[in-house]
Amino acid sequence: MSAARATVAVVRSERAPLVDTLHEWVTTVDHKRLGILYIIYALLFLAFGGIEAIIIRIQLIRPHNTFVSPQVFNRMFTMHGTTMIFFAAMPLVFGFANYLVPLMIGARDTAFPRLNAFSFWLTAFGGLLLYFSFLGGNGLYGAGNAPDVGWFAYAPLTSRTFSPGHSTDFWILALLLSGIGSMGTAINIAATVLCMRCPGMTLGKMPLLAWLNFTMAGLVILSMSPLTAAQLMLLVDRYLGGHFFDVQAGGSAVLWMHFFWIFGHPEVYVLAIPAFAFASEIIPVFSRKPIFGYPVMVAATLAIGFISMSVWAHHMFTVGMTSAGNTFFVLSTMAIAVPTGIKIFNWLATIWGGKVQYRTPMLFCVAFLFQFLIAGLTGIMLAAAPFDWQLSGSYFVVAHFHYVIVGGILFTIFGAFYYWFPKMSGRMYNEALGKVHFWLFTAGFHLTFDFMHVPGVLGMPRRIYTYEPGRGWDIWNLVITIGVLFQAVATLVFLGNLLWSKLWGKVAGSDPWDGWTLEWSTASPPPAYNFPSLPEVRSRRPLWDLKHPEDPDWHYE
Amino acid sequence: MRILKSAVPIFCTAAAARANSAGEPLSPTNIFAPASTPADTISGLSLLVLTITGAMFVIVLCLLLWAVVKFREKAGAGPGEPAQVYGSTQVELAWTVIPVLIVTILLLATARAIASIQNAIPPPGAVEVSVIGHQYWWEYHYKKSNVVTANELHVPVSSPVHPTPTFLSLFSADTDHSFWVPRLAGKTDLIPNHPNSMWIDPRETGVYLGQCSQYCGVQHAKMLLRVYVQTRDEFDRWLEQQSGPAAASDSTIEGRRTFESTACVNCHTIRGSTATGTFGPDLTHLMSRETIGAGAALNTPANLRRWIQDPSAFKPGCLMPAMGLSDSQLDAITAYMETLR
Ligand code: HEC
Ligand SMILES: [Cu+2]
Ligand SMILES: [Cu+2]
Repeated sequence: MSAARATVAVVRSERAPLVDTLHEWVTTVDHKRLGILYIIYALLFLAFGGIEAIIIRIQLIRPHNTFVSPQVFNRMFTMHGTTMIFFAAMPLVFGFANYLVPLMIGARDTAFPRLNAFSFWLTAFGGLLLYFSFLGGNGLYGAGNAPDVGWFAYAPLTSRTFSPGHSTDFWILALLLSGIGSMGTAINIAATVLCMRCPGMTLGKMPLLAWLNFTMAGLVILSMSPLTAAQLMLLVDRYLGGHFFDVQAGGSAVLWMHFFWIFGHPEVYVLAIPAFAFASEIIPVFSRKPIFGYPVMVAATLAIGFISMSVWAHHMFTVGMTSAGNTFFVLSTMAIAVPTGIKIFNWLATIWGGKVQYRTPMLFCVAFLFQFLIAGLTGIMLAAAPFDWQLSGSYFVVAHFHYVIVGGILFTIFGAFYYWFPKMSGRMYNEALGKVHFWLFTAGFHLTFDFMHVPGVLGMPRRIYTYEPGRGWDIWNLVITIGVLFQAVATLVFLGNLLWSKLWGKVAGSDPWDGWTLEWSTASPPPAYNFPSLPEVRSRRPLWDLKHPEDPDWHYE
Repeated sequence: MRILKSAVPIFCTAAAARANSAGEPLSPTNIFAPASTPADTISGLSLLVLTITGAMFVIVLCLLLWAVVKFREKAGAGPGEPAQVYGSTQVELAWTVIPVLIVTILLLATARAIASIQNAIPPPGAVEVSVIGHQYWWEYHYKKSNVVTANELHVPVSSPVHPTPTFLSLFSADTDHSFWVPRLAGKTDLIPNHPNSMWIDPRETGVYLGQCSQYCGVQHAKMLLRVYVQTRDEFDRWLEQQSGPAAASDSTIEGRRTFESTACVNCHTIRGSTATGTFGPDLTHLMSRETIGAGAALNTPANLRRWIQDPSAFKPGCLMPAMGLSDSQLDAITAYMETLR
């Protein structure tokens, strides 16, 4: 007996050699480890994409600047867009979904752990391929290169006539692979939500985060397939003499646009819905109230998912559709404002009458509410097709979608980082540094993206490596670039905080926020099997029921 | 406060731009300084949309600010949890129905604007021009006359009494482009194998600026647009002058020979000479243009010489090669070019 105990102690105190640890991480099928791998991978690519953004902004700080050549500039915005969407935002969202969904529905792992690992490594390989293009893009021709066709890669710019060499091939293959990876992960998440819920957890008692990620997974399956198909068609065009997008031989450039945007618009919601999920978990806990109107929130999410499949051509108002076609897409796009509005009001109502604690995660979520409101309203402007004929392809659009993706999505992701960091690492982050990050980033965000709307209204197109003086654009571009500096510093503070806290932060305990969902009922970090014994739930807030046996939720639901 | 301040530029640019357009213009490419019916219609619709979204913004902003300030956890408050409220069907119904009504209004207004711009029919006096987008420059063909020119579009001024709008048919010779002159109309793409059209009816003479707004390759940034709006008489004279062949001048015969004996002729047309290429801009009346290289440089003798010597000095990556000409060849060709009025 005592001998056995001694051996255990010895094993504990000896740290496993690095190779073994690495081997464990590379071969892991644990959803929590894969989640963390996704997140670390995404942070790496967030840094790459950020550096590209900085290069873009330095070049545009004044008219006729010559910081980089036009060729390099075009590679930078292509790589920035592709990286941020496919290799930063998507993996972040998948990472959190992977980590949180099983824990929040009381499961021991996802439905298909091996598929999970496979999907992660496919995505990871895709990102590496994309970046290998810096070295190998021109193949044997010598100098390094990277894709420069823009992140939506309109035909026929991607044909071999206009894109010789291999940079475009790397772009295609990277998206093809990561697309298949994304579909695998999506299937896994959907199956997990459907089949792995703990006893008592009916669909109507799932945390909103599970519902929202389920919707997200559905959207990924539906929207990634056309993109993946289109990449294959493009490869056929480039190497097997196909003519899908080959306009010289009767192919259609517009066909590519349809394929791309029928992926591209739902993609916005693939990223936004998990962001909504974070907000829907964080806002209630820090307001000390349950989410307002749970059934309506679920319905609004499903409605958004459904409608978002029918709005893609609002990205194509300028390609010359008929007036009837344009009007239809105005209708469907504006319709999506209704369920989105409902969500904003429900979050507002959740705060209303609460006792709001402004810890860092909540700060990010409150800023998200403001910013997402503005992003939604500029979205309505863009949905009014004639207004879009002016704004489309201008810096106004760039400002709008950064408002969505940074001001909306990235802000809640930052919130999610701070909120679940104690669970993932077992340590508390540094609250003061968290607040510095928040205020610096918010200041930078507004300097950059508020003022970016203006040059768009004044006629500045996107994707230009330089511009003429005398158009009234100079001052705005200067301010935009200054804002980037703030965001960069803030991001460094964020990364520093994570690292420092992981090593030296206070031990967090299993439930630092007095939370209500199942992940807070197990240790931080959770053991490999998540829960010593499978939990049983009777309401949407099982831990509330535990903590308030006199007034449990299941009295009301 | 921070948020309020930040919202100001977004929602007030419109108003500011309007006010400003009387004096020193805020920008020559301001979408809120329209000078043609399609741009007017859009600007009107946009102001309606801005007003409605602006009102929504202010209302929700106030509610949000109130909530985040009023309901913050106050120091010294008891430890208990606030009242647990799960939802309310009435309020949720209200904030579903009201947005539906607002969206319906916006939809109707938008549909009307779409129809009035897109379904316009050319009146008998309309000028028709085919616009062909090329990698980094614009080609114009005036229908009903044999005028072919590049980059600088000339159109007659239009008035409600004598409407002479210009209808543009849009084509592309290579990749996608987009024709955008903000003060005259919204943009429309030029897509290979997919003809498009748009129209403008500028009501004041002057030069209107714009540029390509669909990424088309390396020099997308320097694919600028200039639209010269002229009185009917000026426009007719311009058309008359452009339809003639190139001016012949004996003093530059050497330059012309050099030009005709280099690869220039494979890419450029000069009517009345042996040059019939169509890959690059028509140079027959080159000197009637104020800029070269789609607005990349002013059309001065020095710039012209520099351009012919090495176009990438102005537009690195553009599709005209440097020809490695000697100084004397350059002088001769430039002198010849300068006679092409
Ligand atoms: C391979 C085809 C090619 C050859 C050969 C060529 N050019 Fe060009 N040229 C072009 C193209 C394409 C443009 C438009 C470039 C742009 O604006 O992006 C152009 C533009 C020009 C312009 C400016 C026209 C304008 O209105 O903007 C001039 C002048 C000109 N070329 C003169 C010459 C002369 C002189 C030669 C011979 C020494 C020559 N080119 C040879 C393709 C060619
Ligand atoms: Cu969209
Ligand atoms: Cu272009």
